[in-house]
Amino acid sequence: MRQIAIYGKGGIGKSTTTQNTVAAIAEMGKKVMIVGCDPKADSTRLILHSKAQTTVMDLAREKGTVEDLELKDVLLTGYSGIKCSESGGPEPGVGCAGRGVITAINFLEENGAYTKDLDFVFYDVLGDVVCGGFAMPIREGKAQEIYIVTSGEMMAMYAANNIAKGILKYAHSGGVRLGGLICNSRQVDREYELIDALAKRLGTKLIHFIPRDNVVQRAELRRMTVIEYSKEHPQADEYRKLAKTIVDNKDMVVPTPITMDELKALLMEYGFLEKESDMIGVAEAAQAV
Amino acid sequence: MSVAIEETQKLIDEILKVYPEKTRKKRALHIKPNDTSGGCPVKSNMKSIPGVMTARGCAYAGSKGVVWGPVKDMIHLSHGPVGCGHYSWATRRNLASGKPGVDNFVPFHFTSDFQERDIVYGGDKRLETILREIKTLFPLAKGITIQSECPIGLIGDDIEAVAKRMSKELSMPVIPVRCEGFRGVSQSLGHHIANDSIRDHLLGKKKLETKTPYDVALIGDYNIGGDAWATKELLEEAGYRVVSVWSGDGTMDGLSITSDVKLNIIHCYRSMNYICRHMEETYGVSWMEVNFFGPSKIKASLRKLAERFDDSIKEKTEEVIKRHESEMQKVIDKYHPRLEGKKVMLYVGGLRPRHTIGAFEDLGMEIIGAGYEFGHSDDYTRTYPMLKEGVVIYDDVTHHEFEELVKRMKPDLVASGIKEKYVFQKMGLPFRQMHSWDYSGPYHGWKGFPIFARDMDMAINSPTWGLVKAPWKEALRQL
Repeated sequence: MRQIAIYGKGGIGKSTTTQNTVAAIAEMGKKVMIVGCDPKADSTRLILHSKAQTTVMDLAREKGTVEDLELKDVLLTGYSGIKCSESGGPEPGVGCAGRGVITAINFLEENGAYTKDLDFVFYDVLGDVVCGGFAMPIREGKAQEIYIVTSGEMMAMYAANNIAKGILKYAHSGGVRLGGLICNSRQVDREYELIDALAKRLGTKLIHFIPRDNVVQRAELRRMTVIEYSKEHPQADEYRKLAKTIVDNKDMVVPTPITMDELKALLMEYGFLEKESDMIGVAEAAQAV
Repeated sequence: MSVAIEETQKLIDEILKVYPEKTRKKRALHIKPNDTSGGCPVKSNMKSIPGVMTARGCAYAGSKGVVWGPVKDMIHLSHGPVGCGHYSWATRRNLASGKPGVDNFVPFHFTSDFQERDIVYGGDKRLETILREIKTLFPLAKGITIQSECPIGLIGDDIEAVAKRMSKELSMPVIPVRCEGFRGVSQSLGHHIANDSIRDHLLGKKKLETKTPYDVALIGDYNIGGDAWATKELLEEAGYRVVSVWSGDGTMDGLSITSDVKLNIIHCYRSMNYICRHMEETYGVSWMEVNFFGPSKIKASLRKLAERFDDSIKEKTEEVIKRHESEMQKVIDKYHPRLEGKKVMLYVGGLRPRHTIGAFEDLGMEIIGAGYEFGHSDDYTRTYPMLKEGVVIYDDVTHHEFEELVKRMKPDLVASGIKEKYVFQKMGLPFRQMHSWDYSGPYHGWKGFPIFARDMDMAINSPTWGLVKAPWKEALRQL
């Protein structure tokens, strides 16, 4: 069983990418489980065709304690036999979402969700490794492989670098490795080259560049993956390619995160940032107005 | 350096030798020979070293257990998982009069019993429900305090907002106390936090209806084994009107009106000096430290107090002292010969390492070591002059240090707490609990001294400890 965690900046398309890729892997005849680690609980809706599945924490709240839950109530089967589970958690601003992730994963482990017949487990984790709870999927005995979804936008790259720092920390204690970057295109200029260069700096590879296509949006509105909604569409093949790359990927590295200055230099090199001296002029001009 | 200091320092050095270098250096700052000239004071109020088995408590213990807990007509909710509330339930002998469930809630234990789901989703809604339930089930409670346990601070619950809302809804004070156990280095910060919450939510909110020139508040007497009752009696006999006790057998209104008194009489300085300073600055109420352990200190304290009042008090003070003189002398005559020259090592909490010295000395006993669990430098400064040069002073003493000190210095009595008790009793040493008075008390006031004397005699002169034989020693002899 290979356990894989997908991280990346909030709103970058982690859940969409994960579900499309998992659908493609399932299509190959593999058995896969998705564990959604995000209080928003939107990691399985395209597989289950539902608005949002009942989460572990929601049911725990309803029943009183986690001990009262039944695995079958929170582990559902969707498209192509993919098993789906969501940790769930509080609305923003209250409680401890990180603890929710820990509780949910512990529950799944203790109640036998990780069956021997599974080939892959995918963890779809919220934005950033903000606390210990969101690092749960990459602790010892869990995901050993991480893929970071990013785009050519500066903040997405900044987040990717931060996540690489988190991986570096756990690489020494738990043995987790970075499998590569996935670029979910935002149609930024020279995006491929930029992310390819970032991947090299981080000591890894850009394993796939997913072009932007509205079919993803159309499929999503119907609560489906592109793989299911439009099998023949070229975009479906993009996800199949990504799926195959992940399945065949043997290139696992300890990342080498870069400094903020290095990241800036990279953006300058690709013409996104002006030189510091020119920036001052711009800022002054803006203030004068 | 005097010989006494040098000798004690040698002993300390030997005991510290077993530590790793870093620990030894750190601990050396906390354990020193007493230098009456005031030089070379011990370090205090610093983080304990992991692994040394400290006897300290946490901020929650300081607030819920010490300061708020004894306020009897309020309900103190241990907010968080069940353990903190349950294991601190009825462990402190702060006695309270009144009918349980009517005007006395001290015997009860209230907890919000946090579950996993409360951590993940936050506990504010549950807290609201519990506060309503309390009001329904115990309508006579005057107010509620929310004593935060660790998770409340970790997950960022907004108990202040809940308290504000519920105060209005339930028409009584609901007081949030941020005494999460991980804050600070010991229970000491919990005392301060609790003082501040009384200041912000109760103090000055009610007026003392009829005032007299003799109105005083007794601050920092928690009525352990009935101490506050004995102290109150002693003060009233001398002509004072004790309108409030903080907080042994205390009431919410009592705390609220204290800003109207003439003088605050403070016994446990460590846990309540904060509120005294505040009342002095804000309401102009001055305060005075006293000591009601043993006749010498009682007499001195009463006379010092009388200086602040008119002649009628001064006369009454002398009368009272005279009245009790013979009965105190009887106690001394009876026990002094049995206890004379007996050596004591003290390790207690906030005031007793210095406040009980006089009572021991009245019985002819000698203090050869003293230390505080959570004292600050001002506690130690007050202690040095009360002890002989070279007496060993230890701050936040570790089990290793205390055990070794006792083995080498061979006191006749160890006076400390429950965590130390069985260690020394198993060594065949007489022991008295100086936090809870074991199952005895009061020790304060005229009433307390005969009991104190009897208890110390009972411990030291009991033949029991001489009969303790270690079976392995017997086995070794036979080999």
